[in-house]
Amino acid sequence: MQPVEQTNLFFRQRRWSSLLGFVLIGLLSLGSAWLTEFDSVRAVTSFLKALNWLFTRFHPTVESLAKLPKIGEKMAETILMAITATMMAAGISMVLAIIGSQTTRVNSFFGTISRGLASVLRNVPVIGWALILQFSFGQGMITGLLALLFGTTGYLTRAFIETIDGSSDSSVEALRASGANYLHVIRHAVLPSSLPQMMSWILYMIETNVRDATLVGILTGSGIGFLFELYYKGSYYNHASLIVLVIILVVIGIETLSNQIRRIIL
Amino acid sequence: MELLEIRDVSKIYNRQTVALSNISLNVGEGEFVSIIGPSGAGKSTLLRCINRMIDPSSGAVFFQQNRIDQLPKKKLRQVRTQIGMVFQHYNLVNRLTVFENVLHGRLGYKSTLAGVLGYYDSFERRAAYEILAALGLQEQVFKRCDQLSGGQKQRVGIARALLQRPKMLLCDEPIASLDPSSSKIIMDHLQRISREMKITCLVNLHQVDVAIKYSDRIIGIRNGEVVFDGPPAQITPLIIEQIYGTEAHELILSLETLQPGQKSPVKQSEVAHAAC
Repeated sequence: MQPVEQTNLFFRQRRWSSLLGFVLIGLLSLGSAWLTEFDSVRAVTSFLKALNWLFTRFHPTVESLAKLPKIGEKMAETILMAITATMMAAGISMVLAIIGSQTTRVNSFFGTISRGLASVLRNVPVIGWALILQFSFGQGMITGLLALLFGTTGYLTRAFIETIDGSSDSSVEALRASGANYLHVIRHAVLPSSLPQMMSWILYMIETNVRDATLVGILTGSGIGFLFELYYKGSYYNHASLIVLVIILVVIGIETLSNQIRRIIL
Repeated sequence: MELLEIRDVSKIYNRQTVALSNISLNVGEGEFVSIIGPSGAGKSTLLRCINRMIDPSSGAVFFQQNRIDQLPKKKLRQVRTQIGMVFQHYNLVNRLTVFENVLHGRLGYKSTLAGVLGYYDSFERRAAYEILAALGLQEQVFKRCDQLSGGQKQRVGIARALLQRPKMLLCDEPIASLDPSSSKIIMDHLQRISREMKITCLVNLHQVDVAIKYSDRIIGIRNGEVVFDGPPAQITPLIIEQIYGTEAHELILSLETLQPGQKSPVKQSEVAHAAC
């Protein structure tokens, strides 16, 4: 076969395989829409209706501003819960990650256990943990805190393992070769190389947890989520909308702050 | 008395890949020995079998009469303090300063507590400073390592190894990532260390010409076996062919036909790189 014909054939096959890919994706979407009885026309009209409702009913009024101190208090409670859960999780994750990382693990048995535990914690969503923990701890702050703690520990352990393996591999070899012991290596090679990246992950988890704490609060009856549900169920939509506004502002605020901190430490 | 004795050392990875087979050699005090050979010949494995960063599959390694391959963990740490290691990629903690990285060389002598707290006494700190100054890094002492050039980083690596007060340095491709002029600085320092401080240097090299110029003795390794062991003067095109195979031999031959005066360092390294 001539080289030109060969390349022509190659590109024809390329075209056919991408076309086939698009057709498959199209069929998959149509099929699932049909199975779930998804009506695209109705989706658009109800979305417009929802927008309309948002603007006419769901906005803060002057009298809802009177609720601001109470909302602020609950918001602060929620933020503190998110930070507490994240910091506790960070401590546990640090230990789990050092045991679970390829670079610093003590042996493969504990390494596997640590990574397995993190995987289980991570793969149950925070809401799932909240529902499960409610059986043992009932409604309240502690259930929400533990749910966030579990999920965050799973997530941070994974992130910390990646950080340790990515940043300290070679210096660990050097220190071990010089006769330094395990704890020396952790303290002088692993921690200095990975702490800034770990801090960045912790900040990210605080942001995420402030959002999640709101949701968990609705389930476990604590923090700003509880207040939201109270107003919403009682048809005080104006108060409820003020809460949403406050949450958005706080989340943006925390994100900005942590970006500033990141810029300094990284 | 030999400082280092390697007796019948073999290393087999995953029960099938033979990296070293029955290597035996002795190295005396203050010797400057280069190990040359093609990539994958087992040079790095050999070096790491000496300080047991890799455990040999069989054979024995003696260092100052200690049988290294049978030492318990604690004794092994003590022996490792006597053996400095220098790496191709420097293996520094980039976020720390030059000074901190050099002081890491003292950790092997410390108790867990003193080491974790990072307590270094004034002797250690002065010694660290003096070594850095001797290597021409007095301006860089408090800079972070990620601000240094490759050649400077390698000098920090050497300083860290020297602060161990070692009897021997293991250098794994110390100039493979450096430009010719930094390479020369590093090799000159290593030579001075071996001559003036009487520290044995075992250096893995890719560049045959560098090995010939600096070594007291060259060891050629191919497929995990020693195929040459002798002074640089004994290196002939035939020997090069035995170490590297036929293709390389022609490139290096052309290098040898150059007059010594015409050998610019740039050309030498280029040719040798091509050969490897």
